[in-house]
Amino acid sequence: MITFVARRALYSLPVILVASFVLFWAVRSTFDPLAKLRQVNDPQAIQRAIEQMGLDRSIPEQYLIWLRSFVTGDWGVSSRTGTPVLPLIGEALWPTLQVAFWGLVVAVVIAGAISVFSAVRQYSIGDHILTGASYIGIAMPAFWFGLILIQTFAVWPREAFGLAEPPLFFIGLHSSGSSDPLDYLRHLVLPVSALMIALVATWSRYGRAAMLDALASDYVRTARAKGVPRRQIIWRHAARNALAPFVTVVALDAAVLLGGLVVTEQIFAIPGMGRLFLQSLVAADVYVLLPWMIVVAVAVVICNLLADLGYALLDPRVRLR
Amino acid sequence: MSGVGQAVSGELIGEQQSSTGSAVQIMRRFLRHRLAMPSLVVLVLLLVVCFGAAVIAPYPRGLQDLLLGPTGPSPEHWLGTDEIGRDYLSEILYAGQVSLAIGLAVAVLSTLVGTALGAIAGYVGGWIGELLMRITDLFLIVPAIALIAIIVQGLGPSPVTIVLALAALGWTYIARVVRGQVLSLRERDFIDAARGIGASSVRIIASHLLPNLVGIVVVAMSLSVASAIIVESTLSFLGFGVQPPDTSWGAMLSQAAGYVGTDRVYLLYFPGLFILVTVLCVNFIGDGLRDALDPQGKQL
Amino acid sequence: MLLEVENLSISFPTESGIARAVEGVSFRLLEGETMGIVGESGSGKSMTAMAIMGILPRAATVTGSIRFRGRELVGLSDEELREVRGRDIAIVFQDALTALNPVMTVGEQLMEAVRVHRPGITSAQLRARAVELLDLVGIPDPERRIDRYPHEFSGGMRQRVMIGVSIANEPDLLIADEPTTALDVTVQAQVLDVLREVQQRTGTTVMLITHDLGVIAGVADRVIVMYAGGIVEAADVDPLFYETAHPYTAGLLASLPRMDRRSGDEPLYQIPGQPPLSTAWPAGCRFFPRCAHAVAGRCDTVVPPPVTVGADHTANCVRVGEWPKGVPT
Repeated sequence: MITFVARRALYSLPVILVASFVLFWAVRSTFDPLAKLRQVNDPQAIQRAIEQMGLDRSIPEQYLIWLRSFVTGDWGVSSRTGTPVLPLIGEALWPTLQVAFWGLVVAVVIAGAISVFSAVRQYSIGDHILTGASYIGIAMPAFWFGLILIQTFAVWPREAFGLAEPPLFFIGLHSSGSSDPLDYLRHLVLPVSALMIALVATWSRYGRAAMLDALASDYVRTARAKGVPRRQIIWRHAARNALAPFVTVVALDAAVLLGGLVVTEQIFAIPGMGRLFLQSLVAADVYVLLPWMIVVAVAVVICNLLADLGYALLDPRVRLR
Repeated sequence: MSGVGQAVSGELIGEQQSSTGSAVQIMRRFLRHRLAMPSLVVLVLLLVVCFGAAVIAPYPRGLQDLLLGPTGPSPEHWLGTDEIGRDYLSEILYAGQVSLAIGLAVAVLSTLVGTALGAIAGYVGGWIGELLMRITDLFLIVPAIALIAIIVQGLGPSPVTIVLALAALGWTYIARVVRGQVLSLRERDFIDAARGIGASSVRIIASHLLPNLVGIVVVAMSLSVASAIIVESTLSFLGFGVQPPDTSWGAMLSQAAGYVGTDRVYLLYFPGLFILVTVLCVNFIGDGLRDALDPQGKQL
Repeated sequence: MLLEVENLSISFPTESGIARAVEGVSFRLLEGETMGIVGESGSGKSMTAMAIMGILPRAATVTGSIRFRGRELVGLSDEELREVRGRDIAIVFQDALTALNPVMTVGEQLMEAVRVHRPGITSAQLRARAVELLDLVGIPDPERRIDRYPHEFSGGMRQRVMIGVSIANEPDLLIADEPTTALDVTVQAQVLDVLREVQQRTGTTVMLITHDLGVIAGVADRVIVMYAGGIVEAADVDPLFYETAHPYTAGLLASLPRMDRRSGDEPLYQIPGQPPLSTAWPAGCRFFPRCAHAVAGRCDTVVPPPVTVGADHTANCVRVGEWPKGVPT
């Protein structure tokens, strides 16, 4: 397994390198890294920057210069905040990881439960309602759903019942200075819901199909013929087989989850990676945008690796090579 | 025992049933589809009222009534009016032109590019196919919305650049789907037979592969309409999409986002509902096409 | 009397109408005997087996009677049937690769089969029983093999595991549904030997379902020939082969490759035409459209009832004794 991980990490390296070059190229040719300096009109500073980044040379050369400093941990200085990029991204990671983690966990649990229920009760009223809901979940812009959540579960109840504070918060992840778990929970519910709605909808439809496949399989027929009780057939036989493809899809949607975070963090004012991206993009802060992309790309590649590992652990027929 | 063992009947009896069938049968199956037909009607209706807005909309575009200001839904203004007294229904219909046009344009563009490159990657294979697929892989490792936002921001936001940015990512999905289908078709007997009687590659692609790809491409295209409309709205909400004076459903929602917590929050609901209904219809039509083209659910 | 099936009919709703997969099937099975059911795919033989096991899909409608040791099985709840399945009646499916759960070790699957009918059993006993079962079906080195997954076994070994699972509770009736069809010819014989050994050791009654009359000849005491959802001929094995009374059986026999006939230069006989669809059986005898001896007006009007042609030998043909014997041409 260790050799598998090592090998895959090795394979991923060129992918990330190529991706970073393409991104570098795209960003360099659309954004002017000197825009901020030009505003100040300081020819000496501009000249220094040009020499430092090799802006008078070809793009591949510029890329190599950039790459050398990037891998040595010198990620440069944000043109927006004037502070080093590395700690800027480091600080933004933590809130993002929290929301992503809870969003992932809750979405997997809910989608898994819906999958099993819908498949076992195929064509029941409950199945129809859940399938209908999943269609709506997929057809809705997530930000719109988030805004409606804020109106319905925070703003409206406070006004309607004259509360001092809303039952669920919609700004940030903590009230200032509070480390109360309940306060944390009240901050988490809405962003996590907004983040996971589309994922739950897609995953549960996929999971339902995988579960139906498993339930219709020959080994489930064998289990029935053995006299195995229904509950055990569903969980021990069918769900265990449906799990491997389900986990793969979940892990492969990592990029979708991260994209959803950009929107979620914007709506709920969470100071994470998504907000950092938007702020940097508005300010054309190429010094942050590039490392941001690469950090995210590495995260996605790790998730894909985990997907393969998970599949191999769950399905003994797959050998890790 | 509900559910468990359900498909056995299909397995045992299925082999006796007819499979895909003729164009007439496909059409009949689609027309009978419980959700697809009503969805098609609704979607056509939406297209007509949006693109016919100049005739159909109750008020002219952008007509302000500053004295009236924001009002809730009323017999004069079915969906109410906004801050500066514009009829919200009329605004939504005009905005729909942009949203729908972007959705359709992206779908057409990414389908053309994706089908062509996917078919080449699948049929020609070799290093060209490998290269094309590695390119599509690259797009998978960065969140689409971030890439699109950067492209649009870099090129300057306008409906045209939005379409280009969305299509630049959208083709990869279609190319992957088409390639997979071509690879499996290539192994089938009739392709071998065509090759055996000396048909040229171009001829095989045109007369044997493409007709067999129609189903999968049409379904993928419907999905891409749906996702383009949603991504456009998200982009506009984040501020990188359609800019004033142009407007789209997403741009309207972006405006209305500021009304959460005010008495004008109703303005938030309507544009979103239009997006929801449009995307639902497109998805149902896609499902209907899939079921009609492939009733046993084997390929798509 | 171990099993009495009377007037069994099975139907399904399908897109193109009601499929009447099995209609009016009756037969009896004596304790300890081996009965073969022969027929083409779609003849309803597997459906009959699944009806006896009570594992037909929910959409199926079953009428008639299936009495096991005098107890009526049709209409029992799933929970009541669960007690019978795997303990009193067990089944070996055709393709062990798909019939065994790919993500469970063969040991887990063997032990599960025992445990569901003996809840109190200790895990040490369970494991010992599983090893014993593997040994019984002739799998070498069972202590080690028990923790392997099905895909790590060869086709023949997998089918042995499948047999081991089915005999885990020493059932009174063992249904083998095309147990050798998915296997190589040499392995087929070995698996049939395992089945025969198991039967000799445990005295279980066996119902062997196959499309291959050759398999039946060596194993079965009695044979039922099914065609298009119904029984066309039922007899002890020797009379069936030597006093064939139904044209369909004759056709099946003629299409067997035989050692005593010159092969190679003479093509094997094929019954002309295709079996009918279960959604649209022909009127009258269902074999009549393909039958060389059919007579319009007699064969295409009523479904022929069983006609006794000898001791325990019936054929469902109105022209029994009239049609010329011998190889059809």
